Amino acid sequence: MQRTANKLSADLSGWLLSAPIALVLAVFLLAPIAMIVIVSFWGATEYSIYPDFQFENYEFLLGSSVTYRVFLNTFKYAAATWAITLVVGFIVAYFLAFHVRSLKWQVALFLLCTIPFWTSNIIRMISWIPFLGRNGLANSLLLSTGVVDEPVEWLLFSDFSVILAFVHLYTLFMIVPIFNTMIRIDKSLIEAAVDAGASGLQTVWHVVIPLAKPGIMIGTIFVVTLVMGDFITVRFMSGSQSANMGRMIQNDIGLLQYPSASATAVILLVTVLLVIGILLRFVDIRSEL
Amino acid sequence: MEPRSRSFYILAAFFAVFIAFLYGPTVVIGVLSFQGAGGGLTFPMRGVSLHWFHELFEQQAVGDIWASFRRSFLLGLLVMVATVVISVMGGLAFRNRFVGSTVLFYVVIVSLIIPSILVSLGVGLIWSRAGLDVHWSTSGLGAQLTWTLPFGLLIMLAVFNRFDPSYEEAARDQGASSWQTIRHVVLPIIAPSLIGVALFGFTLSYDEFARTLLTSGSQNTLPLEIFGMTTNVTTPVLYALGTLTTGFSFLVIGLFLFVVWLVDDKRRKSGSDAGKGMA
Repeated sequence: MQRTANKLSADLSGWLLSAPIALVLAVFLLAPIAMIVIVSFWGATEYSIYPDFQFENYEFLLGSSVTYRVFLNTFKYAAATWAITLVVGFIVAYFLAFHVRSLKWQVALFLLCTIPFWTSNIIRMISWIPFLGRNGLANSLLLSTGVVDEPVEWLLFSDFSVILAFVHLYTLFMIVPIFNTMIRIDKSLIEAAVDAGASGLQTVWHVVIPLAKPGIMIGTIFVVTLVMGDFITVRFMSGSQSANMGRMIQNDIGLLQYPSASATAVILLVTVLLVIGILLRFVDIRSEL
Repeated sequence: MEPRSRSFYILAAFFAVFIAFLYGPTVVIGVLSFQGAGGGLTFPMRGVSLHWFHELFEQQAVGDIWASFRRSFLLGLLVMVATVVISVMGGLAFRNRFVGSTVLFYVVIVSLIIPSILVSLGVGLIWSRAGLDVHWSTSGLGAQLTWTLPFGLLIMLAVFNRFDPSYEEAARDQGASSWQTIRHVVLPIIAPSLIGVALFGFTLSYDEFARTLLTSGSQNTLPLEIFGMTTNVTTPVLYALGTLTTGFSFLVIGLFLFVVWLVDDKRRKSGSDAGKGMA
């Protein structure tokens, strides 16, 4: 009896303390998702939407070749950004964790990497214009060194600039979790590997990478979901010439085609959740905090 | 200490290039915002002036950015306070397992990884079907909390994972009530992390775009206003605004870091035993 009473009071205090966050997420996360699922079966005229239960939105979406191209594009951006941020993020985290020796410097350099996260993404995108434009810094440099004869056109408003911006915005999401797992690696393991005759690269490959895997997974989850759900970077950096799922949703919203936007949103959400579901099999987030 | 290896210098060079990549564009638009009155969006500089900063203060040139700045600032403060309070409560709740805690944890993770446009779209749809007007201080505030709360809660979970419960036991043994234990023992120990959560709450809200897009109504927040400008403003006035907001962000970040340092320093000097066990 005593034990069930204790358990009940533990549950009660847990519920009371978590009530605010549960309430916010119920109203502003779960209810909106439910609403989107419902509306994805509705119908639409040019100006309004009406309750219905039909599969036309999905049929149209899944029957159009445009959808699959955009789908593929979404994955292409995610894969390219993931590969680059992983390599760059790993190297930066490795440098900070194993080669910077004083804690003070570690903290300072780590902060230097994270500060841009707290500034505006849109401004950070805009700041690529003077670099990549037709008359930008990159082109003047290439022209003056004679690498090219004419300005390179594909620097801005292209897949290149989209991926560059993604890497610029999101590498940080790799650095932080990978660094977090790396500083917890027992340094004596590294010494043992070196004593056993492993080269630097062998140590990284056989000791550091396996131990840093949870961090790599968390970073991967962040980067993949941020890129797959993005619409603003693709729109701005491709000059509206390229599309991903997010852009498709935004286009439909602009045309007031909410049911169609909702259907696309449902498919996007299912895709993202599937990808995350697979990734989560490799890592236990709570034990990594 | 052993001498630095060759790989140290290679990695250090890589790190330096990465930092240049990270900050380079920001520095460049910082420089270009002082472009002369006749200059354009790229180099060369045609003189150096404050012309574009002056333009910012002329309403007809760029719209009412100061009103949107005030809105964003106020919204940032609201989100900050809500994030700190709700995250601390959530962190305390998650110290013990309770029925539904695992489900709630996964909902928080979903909130973090869900494409932002879904939150925007869903909240917008609910508000319009309910016949309510979306407004930055209601629907906008809630939509932004779905982005800041996961960060706040995950930080609090990390903090409480490392928290030694013997401090609380000691307080309880001395006859403190549970509220007194939290107020006089737990909160002082976790104070520096709370400043961190506040920093996340304010800055993520201040810069938030996607989740605010369809939920803030006719009155734009600053990021929405800036994005609107990118489509119709083609002068360095855009850079001047970018420089000002980035400068403001740096100021806020610096302020928070300074407060963390101050709290830490005061603790060391006054020899408070908070976080160190019984003296």
